Amino acid sequence: MKILVAVKRVVDYAVKIRVKPDKTGVDTQNVKMSMNPFCEIALEEALRIKEAGFAKEVVAVSIGPSQCVDTLRTGLAMGADRGIHVEANSSFLPLTIAKILRSLAEVENPGLIFLGKQAIDDDCNQTGQMVAALLGWPQATFASKVVLDNDKHVATVDREVDGGLETLSVDLPAVITTDLRLNQPRYATLPNIMKAKSKPIKKMTLEDLKVDIKSDIEIVEVTEPPKRKSGVIVSSVDELIDKLKNEAHVV
Amino acid sequence: MHKLLVKLSSSSSSFSSNPLRHSKNQRFILPLLPSSITSNPFTASGSPPRPSIPANRFISRFGYPCSADLFRKSPTLCSNSTTFGVIWSSRCISSEAGRESIEYDVLIVGAGPAGLSAAIRLKQLCQQNNIDLSVCVVEKGAEVGAHIISGNVFEPLALDELLPHWRQQQAPIEIPASSDKFWFLTKDRAISLPSPFDNKGNYVISLSQLVRWLGGKAEELGTEIYPGFSASEVLYDASDKVVGIATRDMGISKDGSKKENFQPGVDIKGRVTLFAEGCRGSLSEKIIKKYKLREEVNAQHQTYALGIKEVWEIDESKHNPGEVVHTLGWPLDPKTYGGSFLYHMNDRQIALGLVVALNYKNPFLNPYEEFQKLKHHPAIKRVLEGGTVLQYGARTLNEGGFQSIPYPVFPGGAIIGCSAGFLNVPKIKGTHTAMKSGMLAAEAAFGALHEGLNMNTYWDNLRDSWVWKELYAARNYRPAFEYGLLPGLAVSAMEHYVLKGKVPFTLKHGKADHEATDLARKCTPIEYPKPDGVLSFDVPTSLYRSNTNHDHDQPSHLRLKDPKIPEKLNFPEYAAPESRYCPARVYEYVEDEEGKPKLQINAQNCLHCKACDIKDPKQNIEWTVPEGGGGPAYSLM
Repeated sequence: MKILVAVKRVVDYAVKIRVKPDKTGVDTQNVKMSMNPFCEIALEEALRIKEAGFAKEVVAVSIGPSQCVDTLRTGLAMGADRGIHVEANSSFLPLTIAKILRSLAEVENPGLIFLGKQAIDDDCNQTGQMVAALLGWPQATFASKVVLDNDKHVATVDREVDGGLETLSVDLPAVITTDLRLNQPRYATLPNIMKAKSKPIKKMTLEDLKVDIKSDIEIVEVTEPPKRKSGVIVSSVDELIDKLKNEAHVV
Repeated sequence: MHKLLVKLSSSSSSFSSNPLRHSKNQRFILPLLPSSITSNPFTASGSPPRPSIPANRFISRFGYPCSADLFRKSPTLCSNSTTFGVIWSSRCISSEAGRESIEYDVLIVGAGPAGLSAAIRLKQLCQQNNIDLSVCVVEKGAEVGAHIISGNVFEPLALDELLPHWRQQQAPIEIPASSDKFWFLTKDRAISLPSPFDNKGNYVISLSQLVRWLGGKAEELGTEIYPGFSASEVLYDASDKVVGIATRDMGISKDGSKKENFQPGVDIKGRVTLFAEGCRGSLSEKIIKKYKLREEVNAQHQTYALGIKEVWEIDESKHNPGEVVHTLGWPLDPKTYGGSFLYHMNDRQIALGLVVALNYKNPFLNPYEEFQKLKHHPAIKRVLEGGTVLQYGARTLNEGGFQSIPYPVFPGGAIIGCSAGFLNVPKIKGTHTAMKSGMLAAEAAFGALHEGLNMNTYWDNLRDSWVWKELYAARNYRPAFEYGLLPGLAVSAMEHYVLKGKVPFTLKHGKADHEATDLARKCTPIEYPKPDGVLSFDVPTSLYRSNTNHDHDQPSHLRLKDPKIPEKLNFPEYAAPESRYCPARVYEYVEDEEGKPKLQINAQNCLHCKACDIKDPKQNIEWTVPEGGGGPAYSLM
C-alpha cells in the first residue's frame, strides 16, 4: 500500500509575523519557514505505519514555489521514500489544493492520504475534508490514534472532538487528518539528511495534473487585529450597567 | 601620564619563548636583540608585523609538538577515507556503540563568515588543484544566518580576495556607506565631533543576509552544510589530538530521560577540524583551555562587550540609505565603555544598537535597559518615530584585540574568526578579519592535507597578513579607556591622528570582565524608566521579535558548576547581575516556598549571546549548546 502525505511550507511557528504595509498579506520575505507542525505529525504517522509493515511506500507531496523542495527534503530525511513537488507560484486556497491532491491521488493510487488537520498560517482546517469529498473517500479528521487492521481494509481512528473522543471505523482508501496528540515527530538525523539528498523528488506542473486553479474567493485585505484597549475600573454597579448598556451595547 | 600601565615586552630566558606579547618581567632595554628585528630598541621579541622585514622572522616557537603526525588518521572502522571521490563515497559512516560516525577531510564548526569563508577557500583550492576534499560545516542555528547578528558596516577587503566577482553575483551588499557621523550624547543633546571612522568604500549590510548568501556560494562549490546540528563535544583520539565533534543528542527530556523521539548524536570526524563558533565559542573555549593556547603566546585574557540591536522600519522621509552614525556618552556613564550605532540600510530599514563593555563595575547596570533609554534620546527618537521594530537580538563581541589573540593552532585543527578574536575594536569591525582568518586557515589545512605541510602555516600566514598589521595598529585604543573616558578619548585621538600604533609599548587590559564587577553594597542601584511600548519595550516583547525558541522539554543548556552559588553569592553580594545583563530574561529570582530567593533559569529564552558565560562573577555559569535548531532566527540582523 502506498501512503500519500501532503506537507505545507509555512512560516515557522516561533517567528513573529507582521502584515505587509500594502495589506495584501503577511510578510514572508526573509522569514524563517518550516514544515507545518501538523504535517510533521501526519508524516510521522505514515512512517510508523510503514515501519509496522502495513505500507510499502510513503510519498510526500508539497505544492508551492521552488523552496518547497527544502520542506520535501526534510520529509525525505525523516524517512519518506520519494517526494512530489507541484510547482505553483501563488498560494492557493484549500479547494484548489484539494483539487490538486485529487488529481495526484488518481495518478498515485494511495491507500491512505494523510494531512495535518490545519495549516498554522491560514488555520483553514478544510483541505483534508475537501479532498475526501472530491475523491468520494471516507474521512477521519482530528485523529489522535490510528490503528490499521491486518488486512489493511479498515482503519480505526480516535478523533478529538469537542465533546471528547469519538472512534470511527473507516474503510480504506481513506483520508485522515492528524491532530496534536497523535504522535511526536522524529528528528531528522544527519545520516538520514545525507541519504535524503539522493531520494527522488518529481516535479509536476498544474498543467500535468489538469487542474483548474480559478478560485471563487479573492483576498481583499489583510490587517492586524485591532490593538487591545486597556481596561477600565468602574466604581459602582450602576456605572457598570451604564457602561454595558450605553458603551458596549450588550444589555 | 603617571599611572599609565605600560609594560614593555621582554624576553625572559630566551627569545624563543614568545613573539609578540609582553611577559611578566619588565625590562627596558634588551642588549641581546638580534639586529634583524626592527631598529626600535624597546621592542624585544614583541616586534611589529613583518612587512618591513620580509626576510627575517622574529623567533617564535614553531608549532606545537607532534608536527610529523599532526595528520595521522585516527583509527576508525572504515579504511577508505581518501580525499577523492564523490560526496557519498569519500565519506564513510561507521557505527560504534550505537553512535554513527561520519568522516570528512575538513570539518568546520559554525556557518558564520569565518567558517563559510574557510569552506569556500578550501573548495576553490581543490578546484585549482584538481583534487577533491570533502568539507562539512555544522551549524547550531536552524538555518545558515539564523544566529548571525552584527552592526554591520562591512569592509569588503576579504570578500574581494575570496570572491572577486561578488558585485555581479547578487551579493546582498548594496548600500555604500555615505556619511560618517560621530556624536557625543548628553541627556538632551547630541554634540557632533569629528568622526574617527572612515567608512568610504564600505557598505551598510545585514550580516545575516550576507552569510546566507555565502552559504549558498559554499554549497555551490560542493560544501555540505548541516544547519540544526549543535556540536556539543570535542572528540579526541588516544594521543589527545582533536579528531572531530559529536553532535548533541536530541530528544532528551528535562529530567534527563529519553523521550519517544530520542536520537543519539552523531560523531563527525575531520582530518582537520576548524572551530568557527563566534565570540566565546563553547567548544573553542574548552580547546583554548585544554591546550593552553593563550599561555602558549603569552596572550592576555579576552575582554568582551555585549551588543544589543534592533532593526527598525522607519518613515521614508527620515531614511537616508548609507548614513552611518556612532555615538559615545549618554546613556552610559564615563566609567563604562561603550557606545551606540545607527546605520541606514535599504528598504527603509535601520540598524540601531548599543554596545556595552562587559568590564563594567556596577552590578546594577542593565545593558538592555540602557538601550531602551538610548532610544528616547531626542536625536535617536526623531529617527524612530513613526517606525516599527522588525527584529531584536543580542550578542557578545570581542574587545581584546591584538593582546588577546591565542595561539590558534592545536593538534588536529585550528580556531578561526571571533572564536580566536580578530575584531578591530576602534573600527568596530570583525567580519573582514574573521573571513580572512578563515581563508588563511583553509590554505593551511589544504597544505596540510594535500602537501603534508604543518597547520602552523596558518599562524605564520596570519602574522604576515593585513589582519595582523591592522590589529597591531589598533591595539592601544581600547586598553586606554581603562583610565576613563577622557584619557581614553585623548589616547584615541593621538593614536588616530599621530601615532597610528607605531609606539613601542602595548597597553594591557585590566581585570577580566567577570572580576571587574564591584560588590553591590559599594554601588548605587540604577532606576530605569518603564517602557512606553512605542520606542522602548519590555524584555518579553523584544524577545518575541528575536524569534527565539527552544524545545522546552530538554535539560537546561545553561549549567551551574555549583548550584548553590547564585543564592549564596550572586544574589546577596552582587544583587543578581545575571538577572540584569541577560538580554533575554533567562535568569530570574523567584521566591520559593519559604520566601527566599531562588534562581530560575528560563533556558528557552536564550539568545545564545554568551554574556552569562563571560560575566558571572565566579564563572559559575557554563553556556553549553542546546539541541540543534533552537535559539534565535535572525534574518535581518
